[in-house]
Amino acid sequence: MTGDTIDGADRAPVLAILGIGRVGSTLARRAISVGYRVLVAGSGSPEQIGLLVEVMTPGAEPRWAADAVDEADVVVLAAPFSRLHSLPLANLDGKIVVDVMNHWQPVDGDATGIELLDSTSETVAAAVPGAKVVKSLNHIGYHEIEEDARPAGSTERRAVAVASDHPEAASVVLQLVERLGFDAVDAGPLANGIQLEPGMPLFGARLDRDSILSVFAAEQDAA
Amino acid sequence: MELGIYSFGNGLRDAHGEYEPSARATRNLVEAIKLADEVGLDFFGIGEHHTEEMPASAAATILAAAASITSSIRLGSAVTVLGTEDPVRVYQQFATLDAVSNGRAEITAGRGSSSESFPLFGYSLADYDTLYAEKLELLMALNSSPTVTWRGTVRAALDRAVIVPQPEGGPLRIWLGTGGNPASTVRAARLGLPISYGIIGGQAARFAPLAKLYHRSADEAGVPADRQLISVGTPGFIATSDSDAHETFWTAWNNTMKYLAGQRGFTAPPRQHFDEESHAGGALFVGEPEEIASRMITFQRQMGHMRHFLQTDVGQLPHRDFLRSIELLGTQVKPLVDAELGTKNPRVAS
Ligand SMILES: NC(=O)c1ccc[n+]([C@@H]2O[C@H](COP(=O)([O-])OP(=O)(O)OC[C@H]3O[C@@H](n4cnc5c(N)ncnc54)[C@H](OP(=O)(O)O)[C@@H]3O)[C@@H](O)[C@H]2O)c1
Repeated sequence: MTGDTIDGADRAPVLAILGIGRVGSTLARRAISVGYRVLVAGSGSPEQIGLLVEVMTPGAEPRWAADAVDEADVVVLAAPFSRLHSLPLANLDGKIVVDVMNHWQPVDGDATGIELLDSTSETVAAAVPGAKVVKSLNHIGYHEIEEDARPAGSTERRAVAVASDHPEAASVVLQLVERLGFDAVDAGPLANGIQLEPGMPLFGARLDRDSILSVFAAEQDAA
Repeated sequence: MELGIYSFGNGLRDAHGEYEPSARATRNLVEAIKLADEVGLDFFGIGEHHTEEMPASAAATILAAAASITSSIRLGSAVTVLGTEDPVRVYQQFATLDAVSNGRAEITAGRGSSSESFPLFGYSLADYDTLYAEKLELLMALNSSPTVTWRGTVRAALDRAVIVPQPEGGPLRIWLGTGGNPASTVRAARLGLPISYGIIGGQAARFAPLAKLYHRSADEAGVPADRQLISVGTPGFIATSDSDAHETFWTAWNNTMKYLAGQRGFTAPPRQHFDEESHAGGALFVGEPEEIASRMITFQRQMGHMRHFLQTDVGQLPHRDFLRSIELLGTQVKPLVDAELGTKNPRVAS
C-alpha cells in the first residue's frame, strides 16, 4: 500500500463523505468494498440517516458532518455545489478535501451567494484556505463509480483525473482513485480542474489514461 | 404488474431540421394515449417540460383530452414540477381530470430533471427545498380534506378554503417521483406516499436497494404494506425484431443525448454505451417483445414494483414507430408479463 498511508502511519486514510445522495452513497459503498473506513453525513443528524446508511451503504458510519470531518484524513464534498456554505468549512483546515461537486445548472441555478472564480474547485479552495483541495471524480456519472470500476491492468479500465496544488494530497487521492478501480491521472494544478467541468470534453466521457493526458497536453500546447 | 408509457412530448423536425408545430406533437400524444388504452395498457404519464424538443407543458390538459376518448387507462403526470406550481391549481386540474375520466387520474410530484419552469414561472432555484417541501405538504393536505386550512411561506395562507371538484373515489393517488437520491426515498416512505423511480441509464437493478430502503422506512413509519407502492419509469422501445429496435431507438436516443449534452455540458455517450445499457440488465428496455417481457419480469423480481412504464417518443423518434411500440407493448409484451407475474399488483420478497 505504498503511498496509501497518512503521515507514514501504517493504515489507509479514513474517509469522510459529506452528502449521502447519489454520489455520496455510491462512493461510500465502493470505498468500503475496497477496504476504506468511511464516515458519512447528510445535512442533519446521524440518526436521520441511520436506516439509509444501514440499507444503502452497510459498514459506513453515520456522523454529524463536522464530526465526520474531525475524525477523517480525507474529506469528500458530495453535496450540491450551491450548498457549499452549509458545509462545516471551518473544520476542513489541514484536511485533504476531495471536491466532486459540479456547478450543475438544473440543480444549482446561478449558485447565488457564492463568489464564483474561474473554476468551481478554485472557488471551493478559496472558501477553505487551510485545506488541501483536490478536484476529482466529478466528471464521471455517479453509478459509474461502481459499474465502471475495474481491476488494475484491465484493458477497458477507465481513467479519472486528479487536480491539486498540493502534491502530497494529490498522491493520496491518486491512490484512492486507483483503489476504487480507475486509472488515476495526475492532471496538474487545481486550476486545471476547469477541464473536468461540465461543458468540457472530459466531462461525462469514458476515457482511458492516454486520452485524458492528451487533453491536458493539448491544453498546454495551446497555452 | 401494470405496464404503461410516459412522455415529455416529442418535438419532431422536418427535412431541414426545423421543428414542426408543437401543436402537432401535442395531438400526437392524444393519439398515442388512445392507442395505449385500446391495446390494454394500464397507465400513461405526461412529464411537464417546456421546450420545443419536449413540448408537453400542460399535462392535465392533454390527459383530459385523452380521458374523453379512452375507457380504462390510468392517466397521470410524470412528473409535475411541484416547486413551480400552485398546489391548489394542480389539485383542481387533476381532480377535474379525475371527474372527466371517471376516477382515472393520478399525480406524480417531483423535482424533474430540468429547471426551465423556474424562470418561466418566476421562481428561484435557490428556494428549491422550501418550495418543494411546503408545496408537497399542501398538496397532501388538499388530498385529505375537501376544505383546507394551511399556512406557509411560499404562497398565501388558506383558511377553510373549499376545493372543487372533489374526487369521487376518495383521495387521488399522489406519487413522489425521484431519480435516486436515497433521502427522497426515505421522504416518500415517511409521508406514506407511493414512490416512482425514473431510471434513465446505467444498470436498472442498482435501484433495488432503494426499494428495500423504501419498504424499511415505510414499515418503520407505520405505513401499511398495501400502501407501499413502487413504480418505475425507464426508456424503452419495442419493435418486431431486436436489431430493428436497437437501430431505430439508437437514432432517437442519440438525438436526445446530443440535445441534453449540449444543454448540460456532458459528452454524448457513444453507441457502445447505448448497446451496453440496452441489453440485459441495462436501464434501456429496447428489443423485440419476448426479450422485453423477459427483462421486465427479471427486473420486477429484483425491485418489486407494481408498474413499469416506458419513455419511448424521444429524440424525433418517428410517430409511427412510437405507435407501433405501444401496440407491441400492449398486445405482445403485456400477455407475457401477465402470464408470469399475474395481473394483480405483485409484491416482492425484499
Ligand atoms: N449525480 C451525478 O451523477 C454526479 C456525478 C458527479 C458529481 N456530481 C456532483 O456531486 C454532488 C452531489 O450530487 P448528487 O447527485 O449525489 O446529489 P443528491 O443525490 O441530491 O445528494 C446531495 C446530498 O448532499 C447532502 N447535503 C446537502 N447539504 C449538506 C450539508 N451541508 N452537509 C452534508 N450533506 C449535505 C444532501 O443531504 P440532505 O438530504 O440531508 O440535505 C444529499 O444527501 C453535486 O455537487 C453534483 O454536482 C454528481
